Amino acid sequence: MIHAAFLIPLLPLAGFALLAPLGRRIGNPIAGWIATFAVGGSFIVTILVFIGLFQQSPAHSQFTQSWFTWFDVGHLNVNAGLLIDPLSMTMATFITGISTLIHLYSIGYMEHDKDFSRFFIYLNLFVFSMLMLVLADNFVLSFLGWEGVGVCSYFLIAFWFDRDDAASAGKKAMIFNRIGDAGFLIGIFLIFQRTGSVQYTTVFSRLGHVGTASLVGIALMLFLGAVGKSAQIPLFPWLADAMAGPTPVSALIHAATMVTAGVYLMCRINPILHLAPDAAHVIAWIGVATAFIGATSACAQTDIKKVLAYSTVSQLGYMFLAVGSGAYVAAIFLMLTHAFYKALLFLGAGSVIHAMEEDQDIKNMGGLAKLMPITGLTFLVGWLSIAGVPPFSGFWSKGDVLENAWALTPALWAIGAATAFLTAYYMGREYFLVFLGERRWVEAHPEATEPGSAQYTSRGVHPHDASWKMSLPLVVLAVLALFGGFVNLPFHPNLVFLERWLNPVVGATVRQTHFSVGQLWAFSLADAGLALAGVGVAAAVWRRATDRPALEPRFLFMAWFIDWTEDHLVARTGSAFSSFTSSVIEARVVDGAVNGVASLVRGTGDRLRKVQTGYVRTYAMGLVAGVVMLVAYLLVRVGS
Amino acid sequence: MTVHASWYLTLAAVLFTIGAVGLLVRRNVLVMFMCVELMLNAANLTFVTFARELNDIGGQVAVFFVLVVAAAEVVVGLGIIVAIFRRKVGATADDAHILKG
Repeated sequence: MIHAAFLIPLLPLAGFALLAPLGRRIGNPIAGWIATFAVGGSFIVTILVFIGLFQQSPAHSQFTQSWFTWFDVGHLNVNAGLLIDPLSMTMATFITGISTLIHLYSIGYMEHDKDFSRFFIYLNLFVFSMLMLVLADNFVLSFLGWEGVGVCSYFLIAFWFDRDDAASAGKKAMIFNRIGDAGFLIGIFLIFQRTGSVQYTTVFSRLGHVGTASLVGIALMLFLGAVGKSAQIPLFPWLADAMAGPTPVSALIHAATMVTAGVYLMCRINPILHLAPDAAHVIAWIGVATAFIGATSACAQTDIKKVLAYSTVSQLGYMFLAVGSGAYVAAIFLMLTHAFYKALLFLGAGSVIHAMEEDQDIKNMGGLAKLMPITGLTFLVGWLSIAGVPPFSGFWSKGDVLENAWALTPALWAIGAATAFLTAYYMGREYFLVFLGERRWVEAHPEATEPGSAQYTSRGVHPHDASWKMSLPLVVLAVLALFGGFVNLPFHPNLVFLERWLNPVVGATVRQTHFSVGQLWAFSLADAGLALAGVGVAAAVWRRATDRPALEPRFLFMAWFIDWTEDHLVARTGSAFSSFTSSVIEARVVDGAVNGVASLVRGTGDRLRKVQTGYVRTYAMGLVAGVVMLVAYLLVRVGS
Repeated sequence: MTVHASWYLTLAAVLFTIGAVGLLVRRNVLVMFMCVELMLNAANLTFVTFARELNDIGGQVAVFFVLVVAAAEVVVGLGIIVAIFRRKVGATADDAHILKG
């Protein structure tokens, strides 16, 4: 069954190829169903390949499927081919699975949009790119997927491009990613220069001949790519702005797929990181700093999606903390569970926004749990999962990350633990403000208070759960978020399914941690205690109040002014420099040179034309004078 | 007794000077034209003189070329003069200055 793997990326590509020319004619909602089935089919194939791979012995669980030579220049030989191994299949499974659910959700969410079919064209292309990224068997093909994901994120974030904020958010995502992509490219160049190959397996087998300094350089360059794609310090502001896109896009790009690409890349190059521990330390510290800054920023946001956006930044920081600690299994584990609960939270937020008539301010919500029972309940599951309350999935995965951080250095654990507490707190704040308390939307939308008026039926807000197309994904994701942690239980060596499954890929390089049973219990109790403390504090603070300026300082609302600083330091300086060159260098120097030459020629001509008097005698005089001078010259020369 | 070459050359120089000065000072197009012919023939006289002095037939050959060119020039030049006089009777050379820059 493994040889069917080529269908995994090909099905979404086929969906794209069908919808791109014909989507508008096929129309709403059939175009959406075609896209959904394309990705759903890909999911089924992935499951079959996964089972096929599962039946192989762990020692032979790596397959390459070569399609054709993509290009062959000198010593550079790049194949288009797939690498089927436990890591890539784990990624492919949850990417296709969650993408299918999000496609289904989008049919409901986008049903009134005039560009319905265009949305699904982008979604299918996006899923194809993401699958190429994770399934490629060499860096260059992965880079193709990497760029495809970037360009689709631009299309999707700027989907409502007639809105200024969406258009500029798309541009911002593109530019921030571009900075990282430059790093990725340089990393690939370095790898080729040092090892003579770009094929993953070949590169990793030749690492013994490469110096440590080169390896650190390669790892950091690739990490720069991951920083851009996975929104780490300092390239994270694009993710918060990207919330201007439709909510299913936020769920797809910022929960399950695109932003995890950086983590995947770091796990993929684990043999390099293993030999470059300095780079791993940098990754761990950047990760934990991002986790902390993201979590604190999320505490002060008022937009329902911005809270989730900063939460994603924070969770990605955790994943890089795990990667930097050498705990690749923990990183993948957290990525997996995060994909479940963050997709769930985003889709839940989408339902709420849908019900609130596009109002996204959590201060204008409240009391929705009773009116939207499915959304409220599933959102609760998502909250408790991300908070890390046992036995929800986040508890197991986050615990795994924090243990490994402790093994590297307790300082990392301390910051990570503080972030864990904040995570429980800010999601609690969001839950209480949106789903419990008073129905503040009644005042925010006063027209809703007059039942019977014409506005009540046409424009008024009357929250309700959405259709089954939007509710079903929520329920499925809630179940996954609830039980997803059971793929890697720490109690017994036979229960760490994920670790044993990924062992062929990362087993040789993963950092071995040895904790006694007592220590494991201590970690678990600490994690659970922090999560419950966060939930408790959130309940105490936000159950009744809706406005606590002391807890929502502007400093955190602006995300530590990092975006602001970058904006003023880099963007505005760049703009000022550009306008300087355009108004001074361009207008004066370049144009000045061109215009100067022109007016010089013109002035000279103006003066010289006086010579042309039109009188024959003048010309004759000229001739004679010339002759006289010639003769005089000859006479003088001959005479001397 | 032979006439010394310097006489011929002096005569040619005088003729040429008369032609050149005439071309400069006269306004009548026809007279100017005749002055040009005068200069050409002064040159011819020089050619012939040197041909005889140096025993070189080349000088005489050059004279024929000059005569042919002069004949052709007369054709074109008189054509232009006639055209000018058709437009404006009694025009001088200074009246035709429309090519002023």
